[in-house]
Amino acid sequence: MNPLKWPTIEPFYKLVIGENRKGQLNAIVKMVGLPLTGIFVFLLIWQGAASHIHTSLGQFPGPQQTYEQFVSLVDEAKASSLKEQAFYERQYVRNEKKLAANSEAEVKVRDYTGPPTFFDQIGRSLVTVISGFLLASLIAVPIGIVIGLSSNAYAAFNPIIQIFKPVSPLAWLPLVTMVVSAVYVTDDPMFDKAFLNSMFTVLLCCLWPTIINTAAGVATVTQDLKNVSQVLSLNWWTHIRKIVLPCSIPMMFTGLRISFGIAWMVLIAAEMLAQNPGLGKFVWDEFQNGSSDSLGRIMVAVVVIGIVGFILDRGMLMIQQAVSWDKSATLR
Amino acid sequence: MSEVHLELTNVGIEFPTPRGPFRALRDINLKIDQGEFVSLIGHSGCGKSTVLNIVAGLYEATEGGVLLDGREVNSPGPERAVVFQNHSLLPWLSAYENVELAVDQVFKKSKTAAEKKEWIEYNLKLVHMDHAMHKRPDEISGGMKQRVGIARALAMQPEVMLMDEPFGALDALTRAHLQDSLMEIQKALNNTVIMITHDVDEAVLLSDRIVMMTNGPNATIGEILKIDLPHPRDRLALADDPTYNHYRSEVMRFLYEKQRKVEH
Repeated sequence: MNPLKWPTIEPFYKLVIGENRKGQLNAIVKMVGLPLTGIFVFLLIWQGAASHIHTSLGQFPGPQQTYEQFVSLVDEAKASSLKEQAFYERQYVRNEKKLAANSEAEVKVRDYTGPPTFFDQIGRSLVTVISGFLLASLIAVPIGIVIGLSSNAYAAFNPIIQIFKPVSPLAWLPLVTMVVSAVYVTDDPMFDKAFLNSMFTVLLCCLWPTIINTAAGVATVTQDLKNVSQVLSLNWWTHIRKIVLPCSIPMMFTGLRISFGIAWMVLIAAEMLAQNPGLGKFVWDEFQNGSSDSLGRIMVAVVVIGIVGFILDRGMLMIQQAVSWDKSATLR
Repeated sequence: MSEVHLELTNVGIEFPTPRGPFRALRDINLKIDQGEFVSLIGHSGCGKSTVLNIVAGLYEATEGGVLLDGREVNSPGPERAVVFQNHSLLPWLSAYENVELAVDQVFKKSKTAAEKKEWIEYNLKLVHMDHAMHKRPDEISGGMKQRVGIARALAMQPEVMLMDEPFGALDALTRAHLQDSLMEIQKALNNTVIMITHDVDEAVLLSDRIVMMTNGPNATIGEILKIDLPHPRDRLALADDPTYNHYRSEVMRFLYEKQRKVEH
């Protein structure tokens, strides 16, 4: 693939080589100018509205304050990383000294236990949402295929799915918490319980849209193609691989993207409710903290949550484009 | 060549519907020889496709049965390849890959990878699709798709080739072209073919025998017309041929006098 032909790059390239300058300028204005204008107008409205809202924690943060808080969060993260480095250096030097004095000495290597920074929380949330989503997809896609293949299986499973689908996963959260603490008992846990709680909550909300859309996608396999498969005497697995999967991928990805979107929203709420580390906890902690910076920091989190969600969805779209046979289909 | 290859005996079928059973076919008796080209003609709804689907094994007859070389037919299989009316190619596979799917299935162990490749290309060449074999169905015309469909069926090296109105959706010129190709291939490979058609000229031009069906429901074979015209047949030469025109009017008389379709 030629990067110069990418729709985001092509107009700039053509402008430089002087091909239909006017057309390229129009394209660039539409691609870059209009979205920027939209964002600018939004910032103006935000600023205007924020200056009129006064809370017990001071003025509602506008774009300016939000940006300042973002910078301060970056600085804190940098400072924390320096601290961590210094901690490990001190520990190393101390241990070396001990060993130099007595080569038999027992040295302890301890992990740094400073508070997580804002960026640690983002990473934590991402890991949770992605693992919950992947695990759910591994369960839901095969179930969706089986249900889509057989009208009997569909009739059997459909009521259960329809009942569980509208349940907010947060309603599951207390149950998940209790079950995890009862069932996951080990001396040397690979995952901490807070992580498992959030992950299973995410998993529960990711199942239903994926199952339903996968089943619907499988049901779009036409009788003609089923006949072809029968005449060729394809075995079950080849039938799935060569006919059912390619046919159902567009619908399947619709379900996966809905699931991922819901998962990201649910995760933030779950982290707030259950005090599981992540962006949700960051928001909650700032709210409880109640300093004059808190609202600004929460606003940073809001924007970051939005941007991360957007990037995740784009990522899914790119995967869909890569695996779907119909490259001409419009994806949005 | 007079050994019976495919035999339908007292075949009948009933479909269950909410308003009780619907009888589509009764008493279909037909013996087809190896290398014979048989057309099924009749008005829409007369159960032509049902007959074909029973031979293909996609439907199971409720009475009677089908024997292929003495073995009973009760499930679909590649030895009874079907050319579907609307080509039924997998849209995500290229022409080559569509044929490959069939070849991989039929010659799983009996051909090496190189032999398979050669065989796929040979069959695509036979239907004059070798120039576009790496194109996907949405990149080629309707006639070309149908050619690939025929190549896929031929590549299974079937004992009987079942064609369900293979040229029905094509324009007249493309259709004539494909009919000529089909005649050529059929004579070269001596395939046994059952073809469904609505087109009287197509039936007379291509067939050794034309099976004319009565109107449904409860349809059966009305008349069988043997077409005694020498091969190869040339559509231009036959256009003024009295024998050809006689056969043509026989079929027309059956369809439009004896079995006039009452439109509801």
